[in-house]
Amino acid sequence: MRNPQLNSNGELHHLLTIEGLPRAIIERILTTADSFINVASREVKNVPLLRGTAVFNLFFEHSTRTRTTFEIAARRLSADVFNLDITRSSTSKGESLLDTINNLTAMQADMFVVRHATSGAPYLIAQHVAPHIHVINAGDGRHAHPTQGLLDMYTIRHYKREFANLRVAIVGDILHSRVARSDIHALTTLGVPEVRAVGPLTLLPSGLEEMGVRVCTRLEEGIKDADVIIMLRLQNERMRGALLPSAQEFFRNYGLTPDKLRLAKPDAIVMHPGPMNRGVEIDSHVADGAQSVILPQVTFGIAVRMAVLSIAASSQRMQ
Amino acid sequence: MIALDAEAIYRAFAQRVRETVAGRDVRLVGVHTGGVWLAERLKEELKIQHPVGVLDISFYRDDFGRSGLNPSVKPSSIAFDVDGADILLIDDVLYTGRTVRAAMNELFDYGRPARIDLAVLVDRGGRELPIAASVVGRTIEVPADVSVVLARDDAGKLGLTLEQRPEKKQGA
Repeated sequence: MRNPQLNSNGELHHLLTIEGLPRAIIERILTTADSFINVASREVKNVPLLRGTAVFNLFFEHSTRTRTTFEIAARRLSADVFNLDITRSSTSKGESLLDTINNLTAMQADMFVVRHATSGAPYLIAQHVAPHIHVINAGDGRHAHPTQGLLDMYTIRHYKREFANLRVAIVGDILHSRVARSDIHALTTLGVPEVRAVGPLTLLPSGLEEMGVRVCTRLEEGIKDADVIIMLRLQNERMRGALLPSAQEFFRNYGLTPDKLRLAKPDAIVMHPGPMNRGVEIDSHVADGAQSVILPQVTFGIAVRMAVLSIAASSQRMQ
Repeated sequence: MIALDAEAIYRAFAQRVRETVAGRDVRLVGVHTGGVWLAERLKEELKIQHPVGVLDISFYRDDFGRSGLNPSVKPSSIAFDVDGADILLIDDVLYTGRTVRAAMNELFDYGRPARIDLAVLVDRGGRELPIAASVVGRTIEVPADVSVVLARDDAGKLGLTLEQRPEKKQGA
């Protein structure tokens, strides 16, 4: 079966997940993002690439950073951007997801950027839409957050140049994290030899070893000699039942403090997809410290999303 | 495939550039890739101090909807202030004029130049836009299905060939 994200020429048509995405496509996105980084330093930050393209931001779940950076990315490509706050519109009146999509397609949408609490919702939309329409997953349930994964790879490549000799530790609530899943697929596809998942057993999903990940239940062991540490947010809103004693205890065991950070390589970088819970998964001294690249991640996210939007849009006529 | 004497054409081109920019504080901007080679060589020979600007106009092409994003897009880099600058825009082959239009659009997104002149190694005719070069190395006439291709060997020597274009692919 053909990868549903690719067209018959093997080009990116939708971006739904990093899982199964060819390495060449990931690398092309990162390289194209490099060019867009330069655009951001100019007097006029826009390029005319997507002029006349209608991009609809469909956020069925709240988001500030991702929605805003997608919007900036689309505007910098000169697209027409429409933000729909679905949580406050027709869906709350009972309209089905595909009816919403049909209506927006009737408004001549060319691209949908979709965030949804249900895993797989962007797939459903991608299967449903006309062939000229592109769907970009901006996070679906616990499943995937491919543009976050890609911007994390861009950040790692920016600071570490190569992926071939890295030790990358992903720390915290792996179970509920679509970012962790996307990062793991991206890191292994790009040839990172050692990916570690670090957290309490109750927050580690099964099947990590099969994905080529080393599981560590102690933070000290997990970040020892790491080149890159990706801290994840403790996702209170996704927690059901008592997976954790308390946020304080989580911080004591898994919170990244300056002392613990010293176990990693001296030039290790600290990443976080945001929003951060200071004092829960990360200490302020680390979050604001010299090794933190958390804010550059946000900036790189714009260029990476510009690359994704323009590469997906350019597959249009190749169907 | 027919080869032209690229070095001879370049010498005529460089001489005309020298006359055109005499007495001007000109900045060279090359269009990726061939225009950048020419701009770098001119900078050397004409002893121009300013860094060479590089434009990759992939983000400004007007055929994006038909042919998609160039897979090998390179960052543009203009390491000087475009505002008020006297710019000599350099490309290898002038054909429809669409590349030059895109390059000028991109330049204006960096600032407002005082003046832009266009210098091309080869003008092959076939303009689709009202664009003319101030400096031309040589004017030639070639059929629409032939490409004029500039190459540079390891020693920096230029080569120009006329190549029959492969059968047009759909959307290409």
